[in-house]
Amino acid sequence: MTEKSRRAGTIRTEAVCRHYQMGDAVIRAVDGISLEVGAGEFVALLGSSGSGKSSLLNLIAGLDRPTSGAVIVNGDNLAEMSSEELSRYRRHSVGIVFQAFNLVGAMTLLENVELPMRFAETERGQRLALAREALQRVGLGGRLMHRPGQLSGGEQQRAALARALANRPSLLLADEPTGNLDSHTGNEILDLLHECNERLGMTLLLVTHERALAERYAERLVFLADGKVVGEQANVPAFQRVAAGGSGKGTAGPQTQEGERR
Amino acid sequence: MKADDLVDLAARNLRESMLRSSLTTLGIGVGVASLVAMLSLGIGLQQLADRRLARSGLFDTIVVTSRRSLRGFGRADNRNGAPPAESRPLDEKARAEMARLPNVLEAVPDLHFIGEVRYEGKPHLAMVAGLPLSARDKDAFDNMQGRFFSSDAADEAILQIQFADELLGIHQKLGESSSKLSGQTQALIGKELTLRYAERVPSPAAPESKPVPAEEGGGTGDRSGALKDAPQPPVMAAFSVVPRERKLHIVAVTDQDPEGMRGASGARVFIPLQMVEKLHVMLPSGLRGSEPDFANVPAYLSLSVRVNSADRVESVQDAIRKMGFSTFSILDATRGLQRFFAVLDLFLGIFGSLALAVAALGIVNTLVMAILERRREIGIMKAIGASDGDVKKLFLAEAAVMGLVGGMLGVALGWAMGRLINAGANVYLHRQNLPSEELWAVPWWLVAGAIGFAIVISMISGLYPAARAARLDPVQALRYE
Repeated sequence: MTEKSRRAGTIRTEAVCRHYQMGDAVIRAVDGISLEVGAGEFVALLGSSGSGKSSLLNLIAGLDRPTSGAVIVNGDNLAEMSSEELSRYRRHSVGIVFQAFNLVGAMTLLENVELPMRFAETERGQRLALAREALQRVGLGGRLMHRPGQLSGGEQQRAALARALANRPSLLLADEPTGNLDSHTGNEILDLLHECNERLGMTLLLVTHERALAERYAERLVFLADGKVVGEQANVPAFQRVAAGGSGKGTAGPQTQEGERR
Repeated sequence: MKADDLVDLAARNLRESMLRSSLTTLGIGVGVASLVAMLSLGIGLQQLADRRLARSGLFDTIVVTSRRSLRGFGRADNRNGAPPAESRPLDEKARAEMARLPNVLEAVPDLHFIGEVRYEGKPHLAMVAGLPLSARDKDAFDNMQGRFFSSDAADEAILQIQFADELLGIHQKLGESSSKLSGQTQALIGKELTLRYAERVPSPAAPESKPVPAEEGGGTGDRSGALKDAPQPPVMAAFSVVPRERKLHIVAVTDQDPEGMRGASGARVFIPLQMVEKLHVMLPSGLRGSEPDFANVPAYLSLSVRVNSADRVESVQDAIRKMGFSTFSILDATRGLQRFFAVLDLFLGIFGSLALAVAALGIVNTLVMAILERRREIGIMKAIGASDGDVKKLFLAEAAVMGLVGGMLGVALGWAMGRLINAGANVYLHRQNLPSEELWAVPWWLVAGAIGFAIVISMISGLYPAARAARLDPVQALRYE
C-alpha cells in the first residue's frame, strides 16, 4: 500500500457543484459532493441514472468545469485551470473509458491508440511501438489494422482501454464500461481494468449502476442520488473473499457503513 | 500537436470524406484557374505591349529640336529660355555633345527628303529617310526580306513594301488590306536604283546673283529677323542647289507600314544615315529659312537621342534642355499606359477572384458540415487530450490542404485555359494575316502567388468553422448519440 500514498493519482472534491440551466429550471446534476480518493484506490460510484455519477466523473476527468467548489487532482485544482492546462491534464494524467467505446471509426485500432500520443507529441517511431505493445497487452495484437466497426463490442472496449493507457496516466476513469457488453465480456473488461489498478498502481474510478459488478472488484463503494453522496462503504472485492484473508488489498472490514444521509 | 501530425491527420480526414473534399477542392481549383487565367492574360498583354513599345523606340527616345525652329515642340521652354534666335543651332557639335551625355546610347539626326527614284527608266517620287545602323534591332525590320545595310555609308537602299509594289507596277486591289512580301518583291533585291536629289552646295560668293539653277539666301534671313525681331547674323549664308544622281542597290524589302515608323515621316525608301549626311541634300527647312546656316555649318531640323533605359529619359531630357534645346518624349504617355495596365490587371484580378470567393464559401460550407458530422470525433479528441488549439489547427490544416491541392489544380487548369485562349487568339490573328503573338504569360511569381493565395483564402474561410469546432463542449459532443 506504500505506493498508494503517492500524490499522483489522488482525487479530492470539495463541495463540488455542477448546475445546468434548463429554461427556468436549474438542474443540479452534482450538488455539493465532497469525496476523497487515495492514490491507487479502486472506487466505484454507484447510482441510478440521473444520480449525477457521470457528471461527477466528467468533472474529475476535466471534461467539464464545476459551477462551484473544487476538484483537486494530483494536488491541482481543476476548477482554476485554463482550458489549455485542462487539456494537458486530460492528455497526461487521465485515461477515460466510455460506455460507447468512442473510438474514431475512420481510424484503425493502431491509429486510435496512437492518437493521444500524437497530442502528447511523442516521437513517431516510439509512438507506433507503444501503441502496438498496448494493443498486444489487451489481446488485440492481431487486429492492429482493423477498424472499430469490424470488431465486437468487447474488442472495441479493450482497444479503448489501450488508448486510455497510451500516455501512462495516473488516473483511470471508467464510465459504465460494461454498459454495452454482455456480462461475460463485461467481466473480461473489468478484469483488465482491475489489472491496471493492481499492477500499474493506477487510481481507478468506476461509474456503474450494477452493484454486483462494483462489489466484485471495488475497494470502496460510493452511492449517489440526486447529485449527492448518499452512502459510502468499504468493500472487500469478491474474488479476495474467496482467497480468505490472503494478501488482499482490502483492509476495511466488510459491510462497514460510512455513508451519510442528508 | 506537431505540424506533420496535423497535416497527416488533416489529409486523412479529407480522404475519409473523399467526394465532398474533392468537390470543394475542385471549386477552389476552378476559382484559382479563373484568377490565373485572367491575371496571366493581363500580364501577357502588358508584356506584349512593353516588348512592342520598347522595340518601337518610342519610350527611350527624346526628340530634340532647336529653339529657333518654328517647329519646336516645347513652347514652355521657349518662354523660359533664351530668345529663340539667340539660342544654339542644332549642329554637329551639339549632336556630339548630346551623344556624350551619360546614359545616352546615340544621338542621330532625323534626315529625310523627297527624292526622285528611277527604276528601269521610270521615275517615282518618294520620301527618302536616313536610317542609323542601330535601327536594325527595331521591330520595323522583323519581317524583312533581304538584309540590313552592310555599313553606315553603303550605297544601299531598303524599300517599303508599297513602294516596292509601285516599282513593280503591282496595283493594290480595292478591299485588299495590305501588300505582302512575295517572290516578286524578293526579285527586287540586288537590283539597282537611281536616286535623284538636289544638293545644297555652299557658295563663297555674295548672295546677290547665282548662275546655278536655284538660289536662296538673304530673303529668308530677312524674314526670320522680321518675325522674331532678332539681330541679323553678320554674314548671310549663300549656297547653290545642284541636281545630283546616285546609284543604290536594293538590299531589302520591309512590310512595315510607313506610318508606323516615327521619325521616318512616312518614308518609303531608307538609306544609310551617314550617306544622307554626305549627300548634303537641300532640305525644305533650308528653303524656309528658319534654320539659317552660320558659316555653312549644317544644322539639323531635329535629332533623336536614344537613352539606354526609359527610366533615365527624364534626366537626359533635363540635361539637353540645359544645353538650350527643346525636347520632347512620350514618357507621360508611358505612365498613362502603365496605369492602364495596372487598372486592367486589377479588374481582371477582381473578376478572377469572384470565382475564388464562391469557392471560399464552399470551404466554409464543407467544414461546417464536417463539424456536424464529426461532432463526436471532436469530442473524443478533446477527451483524450486534444486542446482547443489542436482542434482549431486541425480544421485550419484541412482548409489549408484543400487550398494547396486546389491551388495547384487551379494553376494547372488556368495554364491550360490560357494556352487555349492563346491558341484561339493566334488562329484569329493568323486569319487576319498577322503574325502570332504570345498574349499569355504565367510568371513563376504568379504560380507561387496563386497557390499561396488559395491557401490563405482557404484558411480564412476555415477560421470560423475551426473556431466553432474548437469551442465544442466535449461533454455535449460525447453525449450526442
